[in-house]
Amino acid sequence: MSEAQTSGAAIRFDNVGKSFPGKDGGTVTALTGVTLDVAPGSITGIIGRSGAGKSTLIRMVNGLERPTSGRVLVGEHDIGAARPAQLREIRRDVGMIFQHFNLLASRTVFGNVALPLEIAGTPRAEIRPRVEELIRRVGLEKLADRYPAELSGGQKQRVGIARALTTQPKVLLSDEATSALDPETTQTVLALLAEINRDLGLTILLITHEMAVVRDIASHMAVIDGGRIVEQGETYRIFTRPEHPTTRSFLSGVLGLTLPRFIAERMTPEAQTDTTAEVFRITFAGAHATDPMLARLTSELGIEVNILAGAIEEVGAHPFGNLLVSIDIARAAEARAYLDRHGLYTEVQGYVR
Amino acid sequence: MSANLINLLIASTGQTLYMVAVAAVLGTVLGLPLGVFLATSQRGELLSAPWVNKILGLVVNATRSVPFIILVVAIIPFTRFIAGTSIGTSAAIVPLTIAAVPFIARLVENAIREVDAGLIEAARSMGATPLQIIRKVLVPEALPGITLGLTLAVVSLIGYSAMVGAVGGEGLGDLGIRYGYQRFMPMVMLAVVVILVVLVQIVQSLGEGIARRVDKRAPKGRGD
Repeated sequence: MSEAQTSGAAIRFDNVGKSFPGKDGGTVTALTGVTLDVAPGSITGIIGRSGAGKSTLIRMVNGLERPTSGRVLVGEHDIGAARPAQLREIRRDVGMIFQHFNLLASRTVFGNVALPLEIAGTPRAEIRPRVEELIRRVGLEKLADRYPAELSGGQKQRVGIARALTTQPKVLLSDEATSALDPETTQTVLALLAEINRDLGLTILLITHEMAVVRDIASHMAVIDGGRIVEQGETYRIFTRPEHPTTRSFLSGVLGLTLPRFIAERMTPEAQTDTTAEVFRITFAGAHATDPMLARLTSELGIEVNILAGAIEEVGAHPFGNLLVSIDIARAAEARAYLDRHGLYTEVQGYVR
Repeated sequence: MSANLINLLIASTGQTLYMVAVAAVLGTVLGLPLGVFLATSQRGELLSAPWVNKILGLVVNATRSVPFIILVVAIIPFTRFIAGTSIGTSAAIVPLTIAAVPFIARLVENAIREVDAGLIEAARSMGATPLQIIRKVLVPEALPGITLGLTLAVVSLIGYSAMVGAVGGEGLGDLGIRYGYQRFMPMVMLAVVVILVVLVQIVQSLGEGIARRVDKRAPKGRGD
């Protein structure tokens, strides 16, 4: 078996740094000290804002960019050290899909899906059955002779996915593949990716700026900010116990919790002399998700809880709940300590006068 | 107009078509690869060779900045070396080709530079070699633009071919000057102009028709 299995990672970033020559003669640092293992067969999502370095990171996996320090390993291959011919071989084992699909306008759906096989020098007789099978897998058999200009965005991305799979890669890279699609189409494309991951055991590494994409299909995730990985781990753990402020700010957009306006207007980030209550978020997850903790807070400690908003979320098959509550400032610290002690996660949102 | 003159018109049209066709074919055979190279050889591009790119760019610009009538005369020794003679219709093909190659190369270069860089990246991610990217991605994707460029080049060649009378190149332009102007026969001049206009119209519609056929992109102005 290859080293990839023994080392346990399909893709490994080992202290990777990348800098570009800047316009004014200096250097621009895109990535610093990135260390990340992508488990074989997993779907790993890397989330970051634009300019965070996620694009550079994913493009290193197939050698479109080379690291200036550290190593990027795909299976047993060191991408940064590969010679051009080796690199071309490795790229056939790494499929890639793109935000803007990057389909050839001059070729039909069939021709686009066949392109990687033509490039690999596959005999014509073997190309047809393979391409037809893939077009069927992505559900476009009726559109095989159409040109990309005649397809919708979702259909184009399906062609992109079929094309990325023709050479039977072990790894699929997704560069913001759903960012140009509407929410409904995004769901169907994500479902297709999850299905491919399950059926083919393909490792998928995706980058996105949408937490919802990570929530919906990624088993593992990493948060990138300013060229550094600030948090990584299982998606469920990060959603229920985020540690880094960047992660929290990404989460606040996706958790479906918004404060009622009359509260939000009176909130301050720090406690003031005239503060009367503290607002915090409680996340119910894991073994304690179903415990009636708020009732106990009232009955055991006599603390009254004011519920402001609530929602149930799902990561993979795991549900977890979030509540926004406000509690009298005099008892708030005590209440949070009690909840934390009983396995719930709390996070202060602000203070109300 | 006498039968003699009509025969002369037909023969001249044939000579013009012959010169333009051969120069266009040779110009394409040489200009297409040159244009592809110019479009892909700047620093960091597929066939990165910045110095060769700069030198070829200079040569192309130099050739294009010489007025055609000067070029015809200036390269007479070269024409004699290639064609064995510097006079006549076949010899005129040499300066026509020399003028066509850099023109076509620039048009091809522009068409290829219009191809979305994302497509090059996609092809690289599939493990394509630079030559595969050129053959399978860049040229097919640029084909509508290349076709329109070649159409423009042929139309220009028809215009240039009128000047090769200076070296005995014959053709419609020569006929117009010698009979229409010098012998003051306005009907011949008119006939020459009409034939040239018709030729250019045919070439232009043909070129646009082919470009439309090979263009599979969404029509401009339609949402996508």
